[in-house]
Amino acid sequence: MSDKGTERIKNCFMNLKRAEKTGLITFVTAGDPTLEISADILSQLPQAGADIIEIGMPFSDPMADGPAIQASSLRALKNGTNCSKILKMVEKFREQDDVTPIILMGYFNPIYIYGVEKFVVDASMSGVDGFIIVDLPPEETEVRIPVEDAGLSLIYLTSPTTHNQRVPDVVKNASGFIYHVSVLGITGTTVPSNKNIEKDLNRIRSYTDLPIAVGFGIKTPEQAREISAYADAVVVGSAFVNKISECLDIDGKIIDDCVVSVVDLVKDIKRGLNN
Amino acid sequence: MNKLNTYKEGPDESGHFGIFGGRYVAETLMPVILEVDKAYGDAKLNEGFNIELDKYLKHYVGRPSPLYFAERLTKKLGGAKIYFKREDLNHTGAHKVNNCMGQILLARHMGKKRIIAETGAGMHGVATATVCALFDLPCTIYMGATDIKRQSANVTRMRMLGAEIVPVTSGTGTLKDAMNDALRDWVANVGNTYYLIGTVAGPHPYPSMVRDFQAIIGKEAKRQILELEGRLPDSLVACIGGGSNAMGLFYPFLDDPVKITAVEASGKGVETGKHAASITAGRPGVLHGNRTFLLQDDDGQIIDAHSISAGLDYPGIGPEHSWLHDVGRVEYVAINDDEAVNAFHECSRLEGIIPALEPAHAVAHIIKVAGKLPKDHLMILNMCGRGDKDMDTVSAYLAYTNNE
Repeated sequence: MSDKGTERIKNCFMNLKRAEKTGLITFVTAGDPTLEISADILSQLPQAGADIIEIGMPFSDPMADGPAIQASSLRALKNGTNCSKILKMVEKFREQDDVTPIILMGYFNPIYIYGVEKFVVDASMSGVDGFIIVDLPPEETEVRIPVEDAGLSLIYLTSPTTHNQRVPDVVKNASGFIYHVSVLGITGTTVPSNKNIEKDLNRIRSYTDLPIAVGFGIKTPEQAREISAYADAVVVGSAFVNKISECLDIDGKIIDDCVVSVVDLVKDIKRGLNN
Repeated sequence: MNKLNTYKEGPDESGHFGIFGGRYVAETLMPVILEVDKAYGDAKLNEGFNIELDKYLKHYVGRPSPLYFAERLTKKLGGAKIYFKREDLNHTGAHKVNNCMGQILLARHMGKKRIIAETGAGMHGVATATVCALFDLPCTIYMGATDIKRQSANVTRMRMLGAEIVPVTSGTGTLKDAMNDALRDWVANVGNTYYLIGTVAGPHPYPSMVRDFQAIIGKEAKRQILELEGRLPDSLVACIGGGSNAMGLFYPFLDDPVKITAVEASGKGVETGKHAASITAGRPGVLHGNRTFLLQDDDGQIIDAHSISAGLDYPGIGPEHSWLHDVGRVEYVAINDDEAVNAFHECSRLEGIIPALEPAHAVAHIIKVAGKLPKDHLMILNMCGRGDKDMDTVSAYLAYTNNE
């Protein structure tokens, strides 16, 4: 039987550690600019250098996201992207790739309306490995049990505001890895400070052995390389989403090959990480 | 349905009213929300805090607000005896200031140096800008671009008071989008900033905290009706967007034998899809930090609301209202734009009180029902704001319907 869920993620970080490398986690919104193109991008990400793939599930009111991902979510929703279509896309991806972990990232309401248990089971069948639900802090527990039962990972966020008394409560039920939000702010806006990241990661590592990925505000190969000194993986999102929007005209018509420009940037950042 | 012994116990410690409420926010905000919860829990029991709040409510806001017998409206409708709780007479012209006064004192106790708020009709924005001027705190108000256009008088007022207005163009540029951007600001400035939420929504403790600060409306009304009539009212009516004026009037009466009705905005009609009737036509979901009835599609994407009244133009409702609906304690009905504008005129001409378009929805409901009730039926309507801000909207509406 092939690996799934926590195993794929575990193996991924084990291989990275063995190779003494920092992983690259790429984020793109499903259905942006179209479902077909997003599937195409997805299929090329592993070869371009993505170690883990985060797929954004668009929501009408993405409260933790900056303008780039807000616009990307709206484009995806306009194309009729929904949970079922995203799971089909993952299923298709799994036909060609049974190794690269897939994490779905989004907000709680679309999952709640789909039905939490049904969604987790269907996602597991499609080959999803874990979830990041931005507006579901550890205090709201309704997703945790179904995810554990399905053998998948629920990845929790830590932030610079997650003080020491709170870190144990956040990490105790986490699995897969910890996603550290490097800045106070929304996605893709503020540039993180390396000094603060180092301090925060040391703090969080004293409470957990899980790998830590760092995201929010990382856009260039240089930044990725700097942060790789402290992190087990870096997450890049808005920069790819910006590449997609650059390939669209003002009415959202596709005027350039966004698959190539996303893939090129993935390669650049990967080179930055490996240097 | 089982009748509960009390309807006033909620929320539980984690902020849930039945399945509703909770704290659905990003991790960055969780610590500050727990901090607000603790600070409010302490303040509630702190005598000094309550004395200070009472002082400002009396001498600055002008409380208690009158409970006024609307004699000509009563006569015209020919049934229930109608009283208005005159929240429109508060400083700044609406009930919003009750909550702002409470929260600004809390923010000061917490040592926060900057205030942010969202606003729809602008009444909460004006009340926030007012208390920020009073206490010399910088104030940033998020307001939908659509709302800025239709409530320009309030925008001017906020600027006069020294607030910075940030126009929000995402989504439909209304209250929901303003709340998204206020939350985004808070995430980025969480250290020094207090988010002064204007209604009984958002993550716990906001729904119950705002309710508590607004409950002075119902406490006064209860005392006043006992003085005037020697008994409790038979029914209460209030309009509802997020639902803070309604919770404020209703809460002290929840365990009394009083019929309670909340009036949602059905805009151009529930059947047209252009409305703001979250309970009448929505279903439970999670938005802006809590689980509650929401207008949404089959995929859980939020649908834009519509109402002629900017203050009711929100696709959700406070979680305690969702619970009161679920347990059957409060009746939720809907009134459309036409009925509200008609009631706006009736009330202005019969009583010399120009209501805001929001309570005009509540007036429209009593116009429908009061005539069928006996003359000894006592009804209290929350006149939660005055209509000065709505002159342009009503004029434009009349010009449009006259040309049709």
